[in-house]
Amino acid sequence: MEIINFTPISAFIGGSLIGLSAAILLLINGRIAGISGIAGGVIYPEKGDMDWRIVFVIGLIIGGFIYQWSGLGVGVSHIQAVVDTPMLIIAGLLVGIGTTIGTGCTSGHGICGLARRSPRSLVATLSFMASAFVTVFIVRQLIGA
Amino acid sequence: MQSPARVIAALTAGILFGFGLSVAQMIDPAKVINFLNIFGAWDPSLAFVMGGGLVVNAIAVPLILKRKSPILSEYFRVPAKTEVDRRLVVGGVIFGVGWGLAGYCPGPMLTSLSFADASILTIVAAYVVGTFATKFGLTKYETYKQTKHAENEACVG
Repeated sequence: MEIINFTPISAFIGGSLIGLSAAILLLINGRIAGISGIAGGVIYPEKGDMDWRIVFVIGLIIGGFIYQWSGLGVGVSHIQAVVDTPMLIIAGLLVGIGTTIGTGCTSGHGICGLARRSPRSLVATLSFMASAFVTVFIVRQLIGA
Repeated sequence: MQSPARVIAALTAGILFGFGLSVAQMIDPAKVINFLNIFGAWDPSLAFVMGGGLVVNAIAVPLILKRKSPILSEYFRVPAKTEVDRRLVVGGVIFGVGWGLAGYCPGPMLTSLSFADASILTIVAAYVVGTFATKFGLTKYETYKQTKHAENEACVG
């Protein structure tokens, strides 16, 4: 197996910052830092607790800005979508549909849920991980080969 | 309107999250695909991102949940449900296909709005539509089920 572009240190530091973010949100506001859940409450508002959700999403974008301004890491100039527009639309729809039905994504189930040892999050994480591995295998190895 | 302190806490958490994702380079879909492409040239970095998040949370969360309540809220809104249902698997599988196709999960997608080009705007728009339509559909379905349930109950009586 060939290993490429492996960046364990920045990955672990970045992951720890995400963990710290989740801890702050839980400690102060009593909320789980699940991005699809937080964004879902903005996209389809149900109750009157919108402001912290909107502000959190704005924070995500500011966090991205700070990274670019700080000159830390490798920046964003090399970043490009890996698929064309129709595929981006299909992918975006599936991510929206799937995270809503499955009540969470990589952050809510994969980090917060697993850390709480939630059996539901374990099942969800195994499901989306397995499905993503199979999808990439089909698209990149079978079709793309 | 919520207390300003709570909003500031949410903003701080959001900034840290977006910055963390960026530092970890998870905003680069090629890096995510290279993790998922286990039979190709493999980049294990994403596992270290989840590992970092898990280590911090596995230590912090049990300590936090020992408190009676969060600092600025009455109670912890942590899912109490433990039973596993089919929805989790179905939703997870659908999400996984979308994630594997383009390399974007919700966090990196939204964080990437900080340097949005046409591709990022496209996938975010599709994500918003997918989320809205599904929430709308699920809400209708739940209401329908409750109505049916009520009708059945009435028949029994």
